[in-house]
Formats: sequence, C-alpha cells, structure tokens
Amino acid sequence: MRAKAKPEAEAVTAEMTGADVLIHSLKKENVEVLFGYPGGAVLPIYDALYRSPIKHVLSKHEQGSIHAAEGYARVSGKPGVVIATSGPGATNLVTGITDAMMDSLPLVIFTGQVASTVIGTDAFQEADIMGITAPITKHNYQVRDVQDLPRIIKEAFHIATTGRPGPVLVDIPKDVANKTISPDYDSTIHLPGYQPTFSPNILQIKKLGDAVGSAKKPVILAGAGVLHANAGKELVAFSEKHSIPVINTLLGLGSYPGNHPLFLGMGGMHGTYTANMALYECDLLISIGARFDDRLTGNLDHFAIHATVAHIDVDPAEIGKNVPTQIPIVSDAREALKKLLEIESSSPETDDWRQKLTQNSENFPLWKKVSTSEFLPQRVVELVHEYTKGDAIITTDVGQHQMWAAQYYAFADANRWVTSGGLGTMGFGFPSAIGAQLAFPEQTVVSLTGDGGFQMTLQELSTLQELNLPVKVVIMNNQTLGMVRQWQEAFYEERYSQSLIPVQPDFVKLGEAYGIQSYKVTNEEEAKAVFEEAFSHRDPVLIDCRVSGKENVYPMIAPGKGLHQMIGVKP
Amino acid sequence: MKRIVTATVINQSGVLNRITGLMTKRQFNIESITVGHTEKEGVSKMTFVVNVDDNAKIEQLIKQLNKQIDVLKVTDITDQAIVVRELALIKVISNAQIRSEISGIIEPFRASIIDVSRESITVQVTGNSDKIEAILDLLRPYGIKEMVRTGITAFPRGSQKSVTDLKQYSILN
Ligand SMILES: Cc1ncc(C[n+]2csc(CCOP(=O)(O)OP(=O)(O)O)c2C)c(N)n1
Ligand SMILES: [Mg+2]
Repeated sequence: MRAKAKPEAEAVTAEMTGADVLIHSLKKENVEVLFGYPGGAVLPIYDALYRSPIKHVLSKHEQGSIHAAEGYARVSGKPGVVIATSGPGATNLVTGITDAMMDSLPLVIFTGQVASTVIGTDAFQEADIMGITAPITKHNYQVRDVQDLPRIIKEAFHIATTGRPGPVLVDIPKDVANKTISPDYDSTIHLPGYQPTFSPNILQIKKLGDAVGSAKKPVILAGAGVLHANAGKELVAFSEKHSIPVINTLLGLGSYPGNHPLFLGMGGMHGTYTANMALYECDLLISIGARFDDRLTGNLDHFAIHATVAHIDVDPAEIGKNVPTQIPIVSDAREALKKLLEIESSSPETDDWRQKLTQNSENFPLWKKVSTSEFLPQRVVELVHEYTKGDAIITTDVGQHQMWAAQYYAFADANRWVTSGGLGTMGFGFPSAIGAQLAFPEQTVVSLTGDGGFQMTLQELSTLQELNLPVKVVIMNNQTLGMVRQWQEAFYEERYSQSLIPVQPDFVKLGEAYGIQSYKVTNEEEAKAVFEEAFSHRDPVLIDCRVSGKENVYPMIAPGKGLHQMIGVKP
Repeated sequence: MKRIVTATVINQSGVLNRITGLMTKRQFNIESITVGHTEKEGVSKMTFVVNVDDNAKIEQLIKQLNKQIDVLKVTDITDQAIVVRELALIKVISNAQIRSEISGIIEPFRASIIDVSRESITVQVTGNSDKIEAILDLLRPYGIKEMVRTGITAFPRGSQKSVTDLKQYSILN
C-alpha cells in the first residue's frame, strides 16, 4: 500500500536531499530498473525511491541483485544499476562486482555507508567497501560532499559504459544522502585521466590489411568485445570479404552466426577440434575483442606459434599481456572493422586452408554418446534449442552444463548468451536470467543451470514468483558437481571427494512452494512433452531434468597442455 | 632489471591504495615508492623503482597504471637523461674522538651532520642510490645504529641528449 506521495518531491525543487538528487540523476541517465535490497544506511535512498516511479526489483540476497543486473547489462548493453546497504549488503555484492569486472559488464553500484562522522570507527555495519572493491572495480567513489553527487553519478555512468565496460561503485554515507542542497546538474564530467581510444591508428589497420593479403592460413578469434561494440554485421562482412574462418571465445558466442559456413565453433578448453587446431596452425591470427584467457589459449608455449598475431582491443593493457603481438590495434571493435572494410586490400588465397578445416570438421565433429536408455545432458540443450527455435536468451551457471550449452546451442544472433566466463561464478545463472528477462520482457529466457549452482542462489525463485516473469528454469540435474567430478575422474583416479550430491531437495516441491509450475523429467519423451507445454505460455516454469551423471565434456584440453593436445576428440 | 617509473596522479583519496593494490595483484616487485605534491594544485607525482624480468612486464605495469582513472600520465624514465635524488638519514655510533674522522669521510659526499649525541651522530645525505650506497659502505665499519631512506624521486632533465635508444612500446596510439 502506497502512502500519498508528496507532490512536490517529484519535481526538481530548489532544495532536495542527496537521496532525491540520486534518484533524479538516475532518471536523467534513463535508468529503467534498479536491482537492490534495503537497509539502515540506504533508508534515505529508499525513502526517495518510494516517491519515484523508477522500478525497483527486490531480490532475496544482494548477490541475486547484482547477478540480475549483470544479466540485464549483458543482453541490453545498458548499465545495470544496483543498490545495497552498507557493511553486509555491500560485501554481499563482492562476487558479482568481481564477475562484472572480469567479464567487462557495465554496472553502476550504489552502496550506503555509515555517516561521515563515524567512518573509521568500526561503526555498526561499517565496511571499507572502497578498499575492498578497489581491485574489482573499474573505478570507485565515496561521496564526501553532497554537491559532488550529480557529477559523480554522471562520471560513474560514463566510466562504466565507455571504453572497456566495467563496474563502478559509488559509496554514499548516510548523512550525505540526508543532506539538503540545491543541486547543480550542469556540472560536467571532468576526467582528464580517462580518455579511452575509440578509433584505430590507420597505419596499423593498413599493416593488418597487408598481413591479410599475404596470409595463407588466416583465422579470426572473436570475443565479447565484438558484442559490446555491436560489431557483428561488420565482422560477418569482413570475414566474408576475405573468406577468413571465425572462432568464438566462450563469451563471444553469438557475435558470429553459429550456423555460418565460415564458423569453426568455440575455441579453448572445451572448444571444437577444428577451432583449436586452426588456432594452433594458423599463420595469421586476428583477435578481436578477446583477451587470450588461459582457458582459451591452453599452454601459451604452444599457442598460435606459427602466426603473426594481430590484436584489436579497446583496452591497450590486454594487448601483449599474454601473447606477443605483432600488429597491435587499440580500438573499438566496430570502428576497427569498419576501417578494415574501407581500406584497399587484397584477399588471401584460403581455399586449401578452408578445405583442410572443413575436413577437420567432418572428421572430428563434436560428439556425444547415443543412447536410448540414458537421458543425456547434451540432449537437454539440443531439445531446448529445438523448442525455442534457437532464438532464446540462454543464461547458464558454471560447470558441465555451461560447456554443453556453449557447444550445442549454436547461437545465431548476438546478445542471447549470458554466462559467467572469467570468474566462473556458480550461482550466477538463475538470477542473471531474471535480469535478462526484465531487459527483454517479450523474449524467451531460459536459465540452463546445474543442480549444484542453482542451489547457490535459488532463493530468487521468490523474486521470480513476485514478478511473475516467464523465465524457464531448466535444471540439468546430474546429481553431481559434474565439472568437479569430471576432473576427479580424469586427474584424481576417480576419488570423488565431495562432488556427488545424491541427497537433494525435491526441486518440484521447492518450485511449487514458490508458486511456480514445476516438473520433473527423466527421459527425452517426458522432456519433449514438458518443453512443448512450458515454452508455449508466458508463466515461469521450473523443470528438473534428471540426466545421466556420468557424462564428461569433450573434447578437453588438460591443464598445462597446448591446444593441439586435445583429448576425447573421438568417441 | 630495475626500472624507474613515474606516475602523475590526481590527488584523490584512494589513488595510492588503487596503485599499490594493482602492483600487489599483478606481482610487481616494488623497491621504493615516493609520493608528493607537484607544481600543480591537486596533482601529485609518484616515483616507483620496480624490479622486473623483462620488457613485457614493465610494459604491462605502465598500461595497468594508465588504466587507473586518476592516473594522468605514466613514464618509464630509466633510459632518459634524468635527475634522481634520494635522501638518507644515517645514525652512526661515534664518540667525540672519531666525530671529526667521520666528518672527513662524509665531506666529499656533501653530506651533513644534523644531530649529535654522546654516542652517535646523524648524517644526512642526498644523491642517487649509488652515492648513498657508497657512503653507507664507508660508514658501516663505525657501526650504523639506525638508517632510513626515502626512496628516490626523479624527473627528466631540462634537455635530453639523444632520444634514439628510448624504450619503445608496442602500442602506437
Ligand atoms: C562459487 C563457486 N564455487 C565453486 C566453484 C567450482 N566449481 C566449478 S564447476 C562446479 C560444479 C558445478 O556443479 P553443477 O552446478 O551441478 O553443474 P554441473 O557441472 O554438474 O553441470 C564447481 C563446484 C565455482 N565455479 N564457483
Ligand atoms: Mg550438476
């Protein structure tokens, strides 16, 4: 029940509190939805929110708020905005902030802080969130003077969303939120130390053009930077113009059509044979918006050893960090690709190379067991693909199911794929689906999750219940911490230490307790029937898919090995 | 190898924490850091001496420092013509008899005695690190009771001789 809103609070009055200034600034930044959780230090902010039309999603744990904000940011490209109280509220965000930092997601996070007068006294619910988040934010601010608030908020949104995106935290002491001022919204951004490069150096572009012309075995590695820059169209045009095959990183999936004849699949630890061998054998590697994470490169001593490496990245610090680079290009991915398409350059002769790659794909495709008796987890992904016509937003948690989703969903389009790559955060998947659904209410959103990871943030079922969003939760329940079990099988002589979880909640009853239609399926036939029904309506659904617990993700590159040393390439 | 890196930073609270934090995170071996105001209000300069294995590592350090929002400019000045100074305070055991002997030793270093007690004297010396090492070597036989060094601060000289062998980093823009 809403109390009568004070009419004057909506308008920008001459005198307003810091909290009102914050809400007003959020409106100016076109923020549609806030993900948060109240508490003592943010009471003034929540009071201002009470008088505001901005939508607020109340999670059940701050980790749920921030992962939802990440999902929202990932698919919409807009900044996810989070509010949490001081102390425990703020520290509950730490995993999500780190996750967003690793995966370059734009977030603006507001934390309450104890009153300025008691900062540094170990006051009730005081935490040094500035110190704690210094290494896991792109930047952070503590607001000391309420007059600075409009400028700081502008700067926070600017920093979070430009250059290489990332999380920015703004810590607001309670007295600052309470203080009354006449705000100056005209104060401009002043960031002399922050001028991200946007356009490429044209000499370097020409150098790359020349390298393309003389290459025999060129390959493009496309990462999430292509998605952030909205450069999918240009990437397709460039690869087609010169007939250069394309590989995606885990996070880059969807930046290149999964069904394109030049697409070789995902590279890295569980990438395709063709993609990894192409990375190993290529003579020109054009990396665009990817950061050569160790899960992608395998042992660096064997990575792209025959190749001239060109690296296009908005973040100069990524270039040369892990892989020596001959053609560095600091640029927005789309700008660089546009320039590459503009310059005069000859196309390489790649027929032999592509023929070889096609042979590889034919001889060593992704494979899985064929079974009529067992319900195989890979089949769940394929069925979800079928029943969503390959056009759903898929969010995953971390583990085997994540890799199977990456391998088998064949993303045809950009911004349909939400996964925690850099940090590998269990508990990410389900709340991120809620955020993605809020960004695109009309889309089908599927939370493909593991039975382990789902239990880390399943309390957000209550948020789903409250919002009644049509998220479909598909638990790939192998009754194990599958990825851990796989490693124990491969490297610890099958000593399954703490990775088998046969004792589980009744997920159907659990879902029903939250008022969500819930089903358990134990074979493909049951799954088909339930999927048919579940994807035909706009209500939330939970489906507990009891899949085989013995499957492993293949192919695989063991730790310390090179990309050419894949195991499990064939059945 | 030892490199001298300077960073011009906006004097915000937290900037020092961010910078030392990133050095720890990326496992840079810092020998010394000095920080102080510059001629510009609100702008400070930091001077680091770091020990790195190779050029790639120092390049990475410079780029990571540059990424910090409050960092305005980062330069590896090791190979430039630079003025480098460090200050050391050295408390040497000495009685009245050997005091003048020590005076004689430190004089060529243009060091000065800034405190005297019955059992010790305190020598102040400024210079580059080699000079400080040299004076320490000479004073050590007398017994050094206490010693503190500020770490170096430095900047390029007014005129540079030749810039041909300056360090080149791979990023052009
Ligand atoms: C917060 C967190 N804790 C631990 C891990 C280590 N870990 C990676 S995958 C995995 C197993 C996940 O099990 P489940 O969610 O059931 O997915 P499955 O691998 O079975 O598909 C674990 C424990 C992690 N990635 N994140
Ligand atoms: Mg599992």
